[in-house]
Amino acid sequence: MKINEIQDSIVEEFAQFDDWMDKYALLIDMGNSLEPLDEKHKTPQNIIEGCQSRVWLNAEYNDGIITYQGESDAILVKGIVSLLIQVMSGHTPSEILSNELYFIDKIGLKEHLSPTRSNGLVAMVKQMKMFALAYRSKEN
Amino acid sequence: MDKLSLEKIRSEFPILSEIIYNKPLVYFDNGATTQKPQCVLDRINYGYKHLNANIHRGVHFLSQRATEAHENARKAVCDFLGADKREEIVFTRGTTEAINLVAFTFGEAFCSEGDEVVVSVMEHHSNIVPWQMLCERKKMTLRVIPMSEKGELDLDAYKNMLNEHTRIVAVTHVSNVLGTVNPVKELIEIAHVHNIPVLIDGAQAVPHIKVNVKELDADFYVFSGHKIYAPTGIGALYAKEKWLNALPPYQGGGEMIAAVTFEKTTYNELPFKFEAGTPDYIGSTALAEALRYVQEIGIENIAAYEHELTVYATERLMEIENMRIIGQADKKSAVVSFLVGNIHPYDIGMLLDRLGIAVRTGHHCAQPLCDSLQIPGTVRASFAFYNTKEEIDVFIQALKRVVGMLL
Repeated sequence: MKINEIQDSIVEEFAQFDDWMDKYALLIDMGNSLEPLDEKHKTPQNIIEGCQSRVWLNAEYNDGIITYQGESDAILVKGIVSLLIQVMSGHTPSEILSNELYFIDKIGLKEHLSPTRSNGLVAMVKQMKMFALAYRSKEN
Repeated sequence: MDKLSLEKIRSEFPILSEIIYNKPLVYFDNGATTQKPQCVLDRINYGYKHLNANIHRGVHFLSQRATEAHENARKAVCDFLGADKREEIVFTRGTTEAINLVAFTFGEAFCSEGDEVVVSVMEHHSNIVPWQMLCERKKMTLRVIPMSEKGELDLDAYKNMLNEHTRIVAVTHVSNVLGTVNPVKELIEIAHVHNIPVLIDGAQAVPHIKVNVKELDADFYVFSGHKIYAPTGIGALYAKEKWLNALPPYQGGGEMIAAVTFEKTTYNELPFKFEAGTPDYIGSTALAEALRYVQEIGIENIAAYEHELTVYATERLMEIENMRIIGQADKKSAVVSFLVGNIHPYDIGMLLDRLGIAVRTGHHCAQPLCDSLQIPGTVRASFAFYNTKEEIDVFIQALKRVVGMLL
């Protein structure tokens, strides 16, 4: 699936719920089902320190495709990490760099990504794009 | 506090009737900042409407009026803290600025290489970093008073820490994370045996317990207005006159000078020597109004009622499985910090927020304390006298739901 198709399907999935607590319950489920990050990737280099919670992010590049793995010590953040990975992982650097991330806004989770919520997620999206940028320049 | 007066008090704080996500606001983040009563809001408005003119130097009527109001506010702070002279009260932007003022000027006047500063493990970053900066500047050592598992300072360790190199002790009156009320009078007495002055961080104390700086014999006592129902951006430093005379100015500019030539500047008398620039006379007068309001209700009444709330909240929290109360000192102020099992504090805080409940999560600007307890932070409920047991019931019910989702 293309990045925007994945984004649209996520937006749809969240739209079935009116009550915010249900949306959060879905996010918690997603956090719980995220594959745990291999301990060897939990290096200081891969950590994105937020004020409230910690996020680890790892990226691998094979055959022109980037695969991301990540984790957080807070389950809600882990849920969003899982969403970001669903959207961003498995694409080429150019695809990752050329698509706007709009699903978070549309779900109404924007507050999690606003710079005032210092939970490391803004830094995480930035880091995902930095990986893509680095791998793209490798391609050329 | 009976129900009737509680209803009246709540009606005096407009923000308490806010609706958050379609739910009535339950505000349990008073340790971070308190809400403002109508009389304080009115006072800010009145200030700009009727006494807005730059103070001290003006010859005109409005300036005189504003000056008088500002200096009356200084007297109000002086009386509130039980200080002797209004010259001993320096207005600052808050606790942080007051500590920085002392750490810098005291360091300039009295500290040199090899000296030591003593703080405690439960300090807010505001009472750590300014001293660390001093230590770096002067090649000094920061010593840290440890605490027990319950969250009480180890007085024996403290006694052993003081020596001929110790220049100053800086300790919090009440811990913003644990709620521990430290035995500051005793800490000061011990330091004074060695002729060491003591700074007390009163940010979390003055809104909740009666403070008398003379009784404590504190050399420096600092607090923030916004934590005691006054606006942000105003606070105060109390310092014994002898110290204020001995310390050099902190910042240079208008107000703090007596005479300026390009060759030499002489400084103004106390306390103006430490108040460079146009003072926050709107803030100071609103602070005085907040102090008047608190005294009208009675700080002893406030302390007794908040104690009731804290005990009740703690009891009800214990109904929840895997509950861990962080900070179990014998003497506690209106703060309850906790963790539930392995749930991250952030998750609890985010979900409670959606249910209209404002608590604080994280390390509460006391990272060394959390590190020493080996926890990522806590969820903290901190109370004010406008909170109610019914709100605690709502909070507990919400917390049970949230914990159910997260476990």
